[in-house]
Amino acid sequence: MSKQLQFKLVLLGESAVGKSSLVLRFVKDQFDDYRESTIGAAFLTQTVTLDDQTTVKFEIWDTAGQERYKSLAPMYYRNANCAVVVYDITQAASLEKARSWIRELQRQADPSIVIALCGNKADLAARRQVSEEEAKKYAEEEGLMWAETSAKSGEGVHEIFTAIAKKLPTTTSPSARGGARTGAAARTGVDLNKQAANAPGQNEPCNC
Amino acid sequence: MDEEYDVIVLGTGLTECILSGLLSVEGKKVLHMDRNDYYGGDSASLNLTQLYRKFRPDQSAPAELGRDRDYAVDLIPKFIIASGELTRILVHTDVTRYLEFKQIAGSFVYRDGKISKVPSTEMEAVKSPLMGLFEKRRAKKFFEFLQGWKDDDPATHQGVDLDKDSMKSVYEKFGLEPGTQDFIGHAMALYLDDDYKTKPARTTYERIVLYTSSMARYGKSPYIYPLYGLGELPQAFARLSAIYGGTYMLDKSIDEIVTDADGKFVGVRSGNETVKAKQVVGDPSYFGAGKPAEGKARVKEEGKVIRAICFLKHPIPGTEDADSVQIIIPQNQVNRRNDIYIAKVSSTHNVCAKDVYVAIVSTIVETDNPEQEIVPGLQLLGPIYDKFVSVSTLYTPTTSGQDDQIFVTRSYDATSHFETVVEDVHNVWKQMIGKELVLKKREVEVEA
Ligand SMILES: Cc1cc2nc3c(=O)[nH]c(=O)nc-3n(C[C@H](O)[C@H](O)[C@H](O)COP(=O)(O)OP(=O)(O)OC[C@H]3O[C@@H](n4cnc5c(N)ncnc54)[C@H](O)[C@@H]3O)c2cc1C
Ligand SMILES: Nc1nc2c(ncn2[C@@H]2O[C@H](COP(=O)(O)OP(=O)(O)O)[C@@H](O)[C@H]2O)c(=O)[nH]1
Ligand SMILES: [Mg+2]
Repeated sequence: MSKQLQFKLVLLGESAVGKSSLVLRFVKDQFDDYRESTIGAAFLTQTVTLDDQTTVKFEIWDTAGQERYKSLAPMYYRNANCAVVVYDITQAASLEKARSWIRELQRQADPSIVIALCGNKADLAARRQVSEEEAKKYAEEEGLMWAETSAKSGEGVHEIFTAIAKKLPTTTSPSARGGARTGAAARTGVDLNKQAANAPGQNEPCNC
Repeated sequence: MDEEYDVIVLGTGLTECILSGLLSVEGKKVLHMDRNDYYGGDSASLNLTQLYRKFRPDQSAPAELGRDRDYAVDLIPKFIIASGELTRILVHTDVTRYLEFKQIAGSFVYRDGKISKVPSTEMEAVKSPLMGLFEKRRAKKFFEFLQGWKDDDPATHQGVDLDKDSMKSVYEKFGLEPGTQDFIGHAMALYLDDDYKTKPARTTYERIVLYTSSMARYGKSPYIYPLYGLGELPQAFARLSAIYGGTYMLDKSIDEIVTDADGKFVGVRSGNETVKAKQVVGDPSYFGAGKPAEGKARVKEEGKVIRAICFLKHPIPGTEDADSVQIIIPQNQVNRRNDIYIAKVSSTHNVCAKDVYVAIVSTIVETDNPEQEIVPGLQLLGPIYDKFVSVSTLYTPTTSGQDDQIFVTRSYDATSHFETVVEDVHNVWKQMIGKELVLKKREVEVEA
């Protein structure tokens, strides 16, 4: 019997490490060298099917650039089930930033959150400043998943998301846990969209 | 910061965030700044640490209240009226996808020393102690008249001209008692005072229709409320703005609104950097509100509101243990000019720890002892675990901004919902853009 589970996934990391590019590669299998920012593409979904026919649907939240001046809204990371913390292997400072995000997650997030550390821009290995050993050792110490990826070539991208999907608790639906927001499918509140469509005659502008 | 922007938005209150979101969607290059390190400005929801820092800087929150992050305490008590304009903006911008809403469980009104539920169904109306039997019949006729009203069908007008006849004369036509008038005008049309009675009945008619259609939408009460508090609303619109290219900078001191020799807007100075833009819009606190006037006064005072945030360890007595309620104390009932409001939410809305209830009592200040004025509201709450009282001045802009390209939004008023906030958005938009705001449905993003 197949089942579908939905999880909220957030991307964290310094600006320009390739968070949006990783999402674009994963969701649409595209890459664009000259993309300026993340316009319009900050809420995407992608489904991964596991061997046992379980499908895991990721509700992916991109930062929309709000991390740039440390202005990420709490709404962004609220109820995240998994976090992909990205650094750029050609920028040593970006690993430092990733570490501080991971500390923040360990301090603030639900202890069951699945965290993957992701060294992006692996295609630029010639300009590498962060060694595989260093990052891997850190990830092991902190109990994080770790991989190097290239949003540009696609290397490692699908693999890391699939590995996260496997690690998520597929036995209990996240919606069973109080408070966890798991997307439209699992929502229990009122649906404004639905009601708006069949509430005739209202909202006409006041013409008095 | 040497880029130049179309618009700089100052303050991340709801009004500013809606404007910022809509401006970005319109294709404007927006820089949005806030002096605080959190979103929401005056319409933020605070966790315990932030709440104590604001009201009692020398005290920390008692451990008994539970985890800091379980709290999102609204500074401004408002609910979203289900069929109102804010709902429409939320749906049209698709910002609903970042939010989850729950109903407010009940709406109550104070009458002759006790509170009664505002009927939400015909059954409840029949049983309600708010009116006697004959008055119920008269009220039924009145509501049937409103429901049947069609502008272009004089047969439905029963001789009434909504645009000329006062609401008072309409009440009289149906023979409604003063208590019923209080109930309709204050608990349904949500007027804060009685000035509406002498004005043409049209606006009251529209407000009653808004109330009843909102009530009909989800049942229970006409209101909905976002999980994690009202502070989620500005964050959601800020996200919309960011997605459409808006740049966000919190925790930035705003030191000067720079103008040219003619007083026209040039840019905003923060420290020794000045960012240039064609227009600036922000809340009154960025334009001299509360400070001695230096140079041109851009805002003026327009009354004061007192708000008391109360933590309770029990639901409000007499509300059928509802997890959330609005209670209206009509002014006539307590010899005032303005109504007293109570808005209560709880852990059902993820705004506080389990078994805690957050009730905000508020009214427009009429005397120089405002705390005394809200006593009738506080008395309905039962034992109060803790209370944070503030008196805020309401500010309104003195100019339209057309000449200097400096636009100022209004303070959050004492009304119980966001309709006046959306009105302000429409007004400011019209001044800034020179056209009416038309809501276009946002294109749906491709799902893989
Ligand atoms: C990067 C990051 C930064 C953050 N920064 C901040 C911050 O600056 N400030 C801040 O306040 N928060 C911060 N958070 C936390 C965040 O806002 C949410 O609080 C967090 O995601 C957990 O959500 P929650 O409080 O709704 O769930 P929680 O109440 O923490 O619950 C999480 C899950 O555990 C279950 N659970 C909780 N308690 C128990 C219990 N006693 N027994 C059994 N099950 C339980 C719940 O049912 C729920 O499913 C941050 C989170 C992240 C990921
Ligand atoms: N060579 C290379 N460039 C990348 C890769 N991923 C992203 N980039 C580039 O890095 C820049 C920043 O990427 P972006 O996705 O916007 O980063 P974000 O700010 O973290 O979202 C862009 O110019 C991308 O084209 C990658 O894997 N390899
Ligand atoms: Mg990005």
